[in-house]
Amino acid sequence: MRASAKLKISPTAISALLLAILFVLYIGIHPRGLSVYVLTIWSNQGTLLALAAIAQFFVVLVRGIDLSVGPMIALTNVAASYMVSGAPAHVAAGVVAALGVGIACGLINGAAVVVGGVPPIVATLALGSVYSGLGLLLRPTPGGQIDDALSDALTYDVHGAPTSLILIVVVLAALFVPLQRTRFGLSLYAIGSSRDAAAMSGVRVSLVTLSAYALAGLFAALAGLYVSMVTLTGDPNIGPAYTLNSIAAVVIGGVALSGGVGSPLGAVLGAFILKTISGLMFFSGLPPLAQPFFEGAILAIAIMLGALGMLRVRSRLERFA
Amino acid sequence: MSAALSRPLKRSDGRIDKSFLLVVFACVAIVLGASFVSPGVLSLGYLLQQLQIAAIVGILATGAMLVILLGQIDLSVPLTITSAAILSTSLAGSGNAALATLAIPAGLLGGLGVGAINGLGVAIFRIPAMVWTLAVNAMLLGITVFYTGGFKPHGAPPPLAVFFGHDRILGVPNAFLLWLAIGAITLFVLKRTVFGAYIYALGQSPRALFLAGAPVERVIVGVFALAGLLSSVGGLLLVGYANQAYQGMGDSYLMPVIAAVVLGGTSILGGSGSYAGTFVGAIFITLLSSVLSLMQVQDAIRQIVFGGIILLMLLVHNRGKFSP
Repeated sequence: MRASAKLKISPTAISALLLAILFVLYIGIHPRGLSVYVLTIWSNQGTLLALAAIAQFFVVLVRGIDLSVGPMIALTNVAASYMVSGAPAHVAAGVVAALGVGIACGLINGAAVVVGGVPPIVATLALGSVYSGLGLLLRPTPGGQIDDALSDALTYDVHGAPTSLILIVVVLAALFVPLQRTRFGLSLYAIGSSRDAAAMSGVRVSLVTLSAYALAGLFAALAGLYVSMVTLTGDPNIGPAYTLNSIAAVVIGGVALSGGVGSPLGAVLGAFILKTISGLMFFSGLPPLAQPFFEGAILAIAIMLGALGMLRVRSRLERFA
Repeated sequence: MSAALSRPLKRSDGRIDKSFLLVVFACVAIVLGASFVSPGVLSLGYLLQQLQIAAIVGILATGAMLVILLGQIDLSVPLTITSAAILSTSLAGSGNAALATLAIPAGLLGGLGVGAINGLGVAIFRIPAMVWTLAVNAMLLGITVFYTGGFKPHGAPPPLAVFFGHDRILGVPNAFLLWLAIGAITLFVLKRTVFGAYIYALGQSPRALFLAGAPVERVIVGVFALAGLLSSVGGLLLVGYANQAYQGMGDSYLMPVIAAVVLGGTSILGGSGSYAGTFVGAIFITLLSSVLSLMQVQDAIRQIVFGGIILLMLLVHNRGKFSP
């Protein structure tokens, strides 16, 4: 279903251009201008959502949706606030354990969908409620502690380049080959495009789908850990905003909710676009009370821009795929 | 075309479906189970009180069900509730008699308008409902924050909202009677009208319905508008029940409402579901959350049990129905 053959600009390129424009605006109105400090704060904020968006990406890619991304982030953040401190060996073990919590949550989600036959949207809704309950049970109010040295190492900069930005680039590079060149990566795209065709081509649909949910759990845990690094506490209430923003981020980044289309790079760009918009609002000089409205309006416009292609479709039948 | 319409024709075959029985059974089990701990649960007063709250959940679930039947979802329910409530109470409390009489119509019209905007984005721009209604929700949040200045909104509950949301006739909550009326109309529309047949058919195959010559876009906009209207009715009932409007009043309703619809057997993928299921689903969700607070368990445990029970019931009656 192509809008027209003559004009084909990849959605990722549009997202990148949009982010570049927003970034220039952001630096333009930021009272401190372009500095390593400003860049690092911007990058850290973007990275938090970018990791959540990559989590959402894997599930959306196989035509699912994960409404438990936020609760998983909150739960791993709370778990980290108990485990990621003390001696270096203890810190390392804590990080691994927190990642394990995320992967376990992801596997449970995947099992409910693949084995239990429950539609993803309600399965992850119900399980998300369980995870956020667990987080709240572990830590009713924000608190705990996170290793300072690790936090410093991950949230500042390396010779002027924000560490978080380097981390995201490393993550994207590490994902590129497995997604584009391996049997597993292509299976993910194949399932999203057509589950039946994938199954008939010999893709082990159940196993690959389960892995997609587990990967979502892993990246939600990475996001939860990074929240811990930035805030240095465990907070059980941070979840809800991440779930919804991760969905908005993947859509803005050109990942199709109908599955099979998109890339982690797109998801990351979408996340940074959203965070840059929030940042723009903060320094825009608009009255604080008016900012939430403009934030919502710009979100709506960004989503509509992505939908403009639909209006070019001549045959109305083509719209009802 | 005939394949797409064969399911809706089965709408009225009178078969009682499995999920309906499962939810009714769960309702009875939960009330009997709770009565061992606190016998007051079996009193008429307690049960009528539950019907009053279930009516609000049920009317919201009616709107959510119509949208879910299309295979879409409306995530703007929380702020549709809140904005309709704030609009209505501030008009009613404005001190101007003319504005005060407009309170209820304005609130309802607001909900209808929000729903229509949701529908236009989904039908014309073909934006996935999950993100478009989310964006609409974000804009409404912005508008209510700006309007109230972040403080508790001023105003008074409109008398009619209090009548329906709070008052009772012969002990029966008016909210419940209103729910029965809305439910009867919905049932009629779904089972006996062309519009109802379109709704089911759209959920099965929008393409087939379009080829059959149906005004697909208008059906989508109409259903979203109706859902918005029903959300605002729920919001006005909440105003009457709580005797006020406040920021965030709709936030805790989105998940339970979707859960009520899905537990009632409506397919989240669209195209099939019965109103009877949604009806008992709303009652079950209300009973579950009421009994959990009656037990005075902490909020964390409540969330775990709530999510766990919903998943368990879905596992029981969804086994094998859905393949990812």
